[in-house]
Amino acid sequence: MNTYIKSLFLFVITTFFLISCGPPTSKKNSNSKGAIAGNAAEKVYVAPGDHDSHYAFISGGFSGQLAVYGLPSGRLFRVIPVFSQDPEKGYGYSEETKPMLMTSHGFVPWGDSHHPDISQTQGSVDGRWVFINENNTPRIARISLKTFETEEIIEIPNSAGNHSSSFVTENSEYVVAGTRFSVPFPQRDMSIKDMKGNFSGALSFLKINQETGRMNIDFQIKMPGFNYDLSHPGRGKSHGWFFFSTYNTEEANSLMEVNASQNDKDFIAAINWKKIAEYVKNGGGKKVPARYTHNVWNDDTHNATSTMEKEVLVVEPKDVPGAIFFLPTAKSPHGCDVDPTGEYIIGNGKLAAQMTIHSFTKMLKAIEDKAFDGDAYGIPIIKFDAVNYGTLDQPGLGPLHTEFDTRGNAYTTFFISSEVVKWNVKDLKVIDRHKVYYSVGHLMIPGGNSRTPDDKYLVAMNKITKDRYLPTGPEVCQSAQLFDISGEKMELLLDFPTIGEPHYAAGIAADKIAPKTTKIYKLEDNKHPYGVKSEAETKVVRKGKEVHIYMTMIRSHFSPDNIEGVKVGDKVFFHVTNLEQDYDVPHGISMIGAQTSELLIMPGRTTTFTWEPKNVGVWPFYCTDFCSALHQEMQGYVRVSPSNSNIKISYTLDGDIPGEDDL
Amino acid sequence: MKKSNILMIVGSLLLLGLFIFPLWNITLEAPQYPIPLGMDIYINKFADTHEFDIKNINLMNHYVGMQFIPKTIPEFKIFPITIGIMVAFGVLIGFKMNYKWFLGWFILMSVLGIVGMYDFYLWEYDYGHTLDPNAIMKFTNPDGSIMGFQPPLFGSKDILNFTAHSYPMMGAWLMFIGMMLTFLSFFVGKKEAK
Repeated sequence: MNTYIKSLFLFVITTFFLISCGPPTSKKNSNSKGAIAGNAAEKVYVAPGDHDSHYAFISGGFSGQLAVYGLPSGRLFRVIPVFSQDPEKGYGYSEETKPMLMTSHGFVPWGDSHHPDISQTQGSVDGRWVFINENNTPRIARISLKTFETEEIIEIPNSAGNHSSSFVTENSEYVVAGTRFSVPFPQRDMSIKDMKGNFSGALSFLKINQETGRMNIDFQIKMPGFNYDLSHPGRGKSHGWFFFSTYNTEEANSLMEVNASQNDKDFIAAINWKKIAEYVKNGGGKKVPARYTHNVWNDDTHNATSTMEKEVLVVEPKDVPGAIFFLPTAKSPHGCDVDPTGEYIIGNGKLAAQMTIHSFTKMLKAIEDKAFDGDAYGIPIIKFDAVNYGTLDQPGLGPLHTEFDTRGNAYTTFFISSEVVKWNVKDLKVIDRHKVYYSVGHLMIPGGNSRTPDDKYLVAMNKITKDRYLPTGPEVCQSAQLFDISGEKMELLLDFPTIGEPHYAAGIAADKIAPKTTKIYKLEDNKHPYGVKSEAETKVVRKGKEVHIYMTMIRSHFSPDNIEGVKVGDKVFFHVTNLEQDYDVPHGISMIGAQTSELLIMPGRTTTFTWEPKNVGVWPFYCTDFCSALHQEMQGYVRVSPSNSNIKISYTLDGDIPGEDDL
Repeated sequence: MKKSNILMIVGSLLLLGLFIFPLWNITLEAPQYPIPLGMDIYINKFADTHEFDIKNINLMNHYVGMQFIPKTIPEFKIFPITIGIMVAFGVLIGFKMNYKWFLGWFILMSVLGIVGMYDFYLWEYDYGHTLDPNAIMKFTNPDGSIMGFQPPLFGSKDILNFTAHSYPMMGAWLMFIGMMLTFLSFFVGKKEAK
């Protein structure tokens, strides 16, 4: 009996404990009531026709794309196709865009996009370009913030799990890509269990052309075979340095969740890239063979080209003494963040109950004093006490990422305890904490990776949502949560769903981008080899088994719209030019049975899709985007004859060969 | 030189503004055009208010069977020559002649102006009423007659989903001020002669 009472007591206690620890629904409800009381609705309300104050570029995660939202409304404006095919826009299906998805492994239709970062000038986001990394088949993309189109994708050789990417230095000198999985460098056939000491981790520095934005790999640092998880540039006083968090310094190759979690401390790698860039400029480093694609979009020819690069310049750490150091940091740090002054380097020790805060000033002194605690593969390890500013103990469970405001505060996400914690960097004191729903990963303050955060809003990006929205079967959305951080306490304003898994995001004031955006492509500047400038130039040309249709679209007809002489077995190229020169008048085109996708063509642009007719008949095509009151009439026919037919190519508009037209 | 002569010369020279600034503007507003479509009319050309506006006006108008706005019209040759001669003539009499001539110049210029406006009205009428018989959409007035789409000569008017505005521009204002100066020069000259 006594035992029975004891165990009942224990059960009650345990239940109480669990309830008070979990995210109970009653708490959540009171929270949302609190939000209404605090006029949260007013703070996120953007009246119809009004514009948001900020753009948020939120990574589309495993969708491979980049989503553009407005803040504070959380409205989704556009999904920019980057690393994955997008049949809605024809990206990766049209002849012009297919080269964008070429890699050294051939055509790869999907990617895993992670960390967007906006270009900077003098330590502030400038709105020229946004960069984003692909984790799976290592690549970095550059997206124009004039056209909101992907302009360039470069593959990263000797890398795998391109995760500690794509962060830019404070004048956009470099965009940086680090490997999460160390691999044989160069790749070779070897036993996996021989990993230790035989794998390497490549940290790649891509130089950015300030005029065109074009990237090229200036150098790759061949680091020890750890996992380089995340990175951030130094800024202000620490400009010229780059910091990478590492895990798996154990160099385990199996059951990593255990075997890569044995060391109490891993490292933050501090890289003096200015020194290495100087070394490289003076002829340092070694060019080694490599195969990686460099895909570039050309806005004049409306075409992408894919070039296979043949070599890369590799720098061995031992050849540039004094440029690379390891800073011991609490267990398997995930995010590696640098505050706006450039003084504090923060390791978010995801498996430790503490945050490690290093001091840049102390680091320089320690290097000068040679306050080292041995080395790892020849790279000096700075003594923990010699570099450490302090630790923030027990702030929460599972710290992942930190961003900053301009008032000396840091905001850290805690994945396991599912909260955002505000703390003062200098005092190492927690100021406020707020639950998030649920399991937050990254967070973003507009201008976060810069000297000048625009610190009114904070966006927390959550991995799971459970009951936060109407259920949609087993697969439910991921989400972002918007906080007002202008006061002492963080105020939750808004939940909004996101596409894919939102990893990092980049935010910027709308006025830095909106006035400069492209509205139309000028027809007169169209240099597409199959583009035409008027209906009079439209035609259909047979080249053996290929049929090339030079077609135009304008409200509300195609020219030509009747085509005969196509045969089964032909490959038909529809090269379609939108003759419109008015803002927001795209036309679409789709062909019955085409095994590609529709095309959505902006004014002044030429795009091509292919169609390989399998069956004899008269087959219609039509405009897919409701373009005008006569949209339903915007259609045409192609006659497909048997392969042995001798019907010649002919094409008409309103019964005649398309003629001179004033449009 | 007398004040009246200076007024006459300056007044005539202000007409040169017509070679730099548009004479007139027609703007079309509609819900889908938060930035309205517009056409500036110079003495020698039609021009877009914003790039491609005329092309887009033509595209809109083809639904109701209106003609394209022509690249050029004969007036674009006649107007600059006329204005050029009137300026030269005005400056010449400003130097050499007396106030009676000033009034003569003013009357002649006024007549030419009225003829020009009437000519513009005729063009507008034709533009708004000569419609393609195969027009995509045909509209009739309440009395059963075919609806015309003539923009107003001066002022604002609703035409289907558009509101059309037709107003003088800098060139016209300079011409107006110039003519008023020449008119004034007549009275000043008359006073000086006494």
